[in-house]
Amino acid sequence: MPARTPLYDAHLEAGAKMVEFAGWELPIRYGSLVEEHQAVRQRAGMFDVSHMTVVDLQGCGARGALRRLLANDVDKIREPGQAIYGCMLDHSGGIIDDLITYRIEDDFYRLVVNAATREADLAWIREQLAEEDVEIVERDDLAMIAVQGPESVAHVVEVLGAQRVEQLKPFRSTSHGDFFIARTGYTGEDGCEIILPGDLAAPLWRKFIERGVVPCGLGARDSLRLEAGLNLYGQDMDTGTTPLESNIAWTVAFDPADRDFIGREALEAQRREGVSRKLTGLLFASGGIPRQGAAVHTPAGEGVVTSGGFGPTVERPVAMARIPVDVDGEVEVELRGRRLAARVVKLPFVRRGKPRDDLPLA
Amino acid sequence: MSDIPSELRFADSHEWVELLEDGLLRVGISDHAQEQLGDLVFVELPEEGAELTRGETCAVVESVKAASDIYAPVSGEIAAINEALNDSPETINNDPYGDGWLFTVKPCDESDLDELMDAEAYAQHISEG
Repeated sequence: MPARTPLYDAHLEAGAKMVEFAGWELPIRYGSLVEEHQAVRQRAGMFDVSHMTVVDLQGCGARGALRRLLANDVDKIREPGQAIYGCMLDHSGGIIDDLITYRIEDDFYRLVVNAATREADLAWIREQLAEEDVEIVERDDLAMIAVQGPESVAHVVEVLGAQRVEQLKPFRSTSHGDFFIARTGYTGEDGCEIILPGDLAAPLWRKFIERGVVPCGLGARDSLRLEAGLNLYGQDMDTGTTPLESNIAWTVAFDPADRDFIGREALEAQRREGVSRKLTGLLFASGGIPRQGAAVHTPAGEGVVTSGGFGPTVERPVAMARIPVDVDGEVEVELRGRRLAARVVKLPFVRRGKPRDDLPLA
Repeated sequence: MSDIPSELRFADSHEWVELLEDGLLRVGISDHAQEQLGDLVFVELPEEGAELTRGETCAVVESVKAASDIYAPVSGEIAAINEALNDSPETINNDPYGDGWLFTVKPCDESDLDELMDAEAYAQHISEG
């Protein structure tokens, strides 16, 4: 039996088509996926992301433990409320998961990790931090709602009466009574992720619906993040890839040189020798939709599509692919026995509601 | 509840077939199928004159999320395809039994039609999931 979030009944009421995802029963879409996608790009939409795993780390060993556990450095976030994105690596530099870490207080951090990797993550964290003075608490009592889109912050301010959210910068969070509100998301648009007690989720969800915030499913979540060039763990990266070959080298803090994070040695070796693959965007004219797993033919050898689909905002097929590092320009992608022409482009495809200016869309 | 016109015949893979006055058969996908697939963004149709074999893949429709095969509901030869779908595949969502038709077929064996379901049997078929 897949698990249900506190919003399960609200989803059925709204006519959601439910699917199983990472052990949870979640909406894939309510009506039209494309309309949900456009609502987020142009106005405001919301997602039930209660399946995501919240882990609180508390204790005087928390900071030191995280500096070893994560490839990004939590010392970059000095102020309470600040957040940082990065990866948890294994000893060979492979990505165990990507996550956001919030510094709530000096000895209190909150991690939000993927549902699909929940068990592996918790086992790894407990094993690595066994000797540290830190308490690890999985917060399965909490739900999470992501409100996203150019009008989303105004809705959050009004509904929660949380004026200070307006001034909240990206990757900052604040507590407001029972609500933990962060200016983060997974769509490429402005927005908030609200972490709250499970029993408050449905009433809040309904208030947002009354204001016209459009409920959106996993389908739109995927098309939005793909256009925004945001990696999906398990597709675009996994333990077989490092951040340096996953378009997120910027999340690895090599400085200071004496911070001994797990995977550091492997990444330094890879950096010395040079990476052979990169994760990049592919843009298509048309002729079919590239899908995950499709072979990419390049002059320098084969690559693979890691995520593919139709981009409703760029109005054409788009993909993320892992290809030989020096390839640029034109490549070919296999589709049903044919080869589709594609162009290698930098990610993201879409920024703040619109296709990036320099995308070759003509 | 999806729309199931009584004058059409249906395959269990959710294609509909309409017998036209000139003996040709018009083929599309049912309202139930388009609703299950969601917003369609690409259609790959067979070429005019292509030979179809009943039950075999003859076209592909793609939504944002996934590609789905269309199976030939009868054997025969493609008489015409609905070229307008190349530019506006969403027509299948908006009008699955009208402007959203996929192609017409000159059947090689009219008894193939008898193998298809009538509206009532199809309604039963989709209610069983």
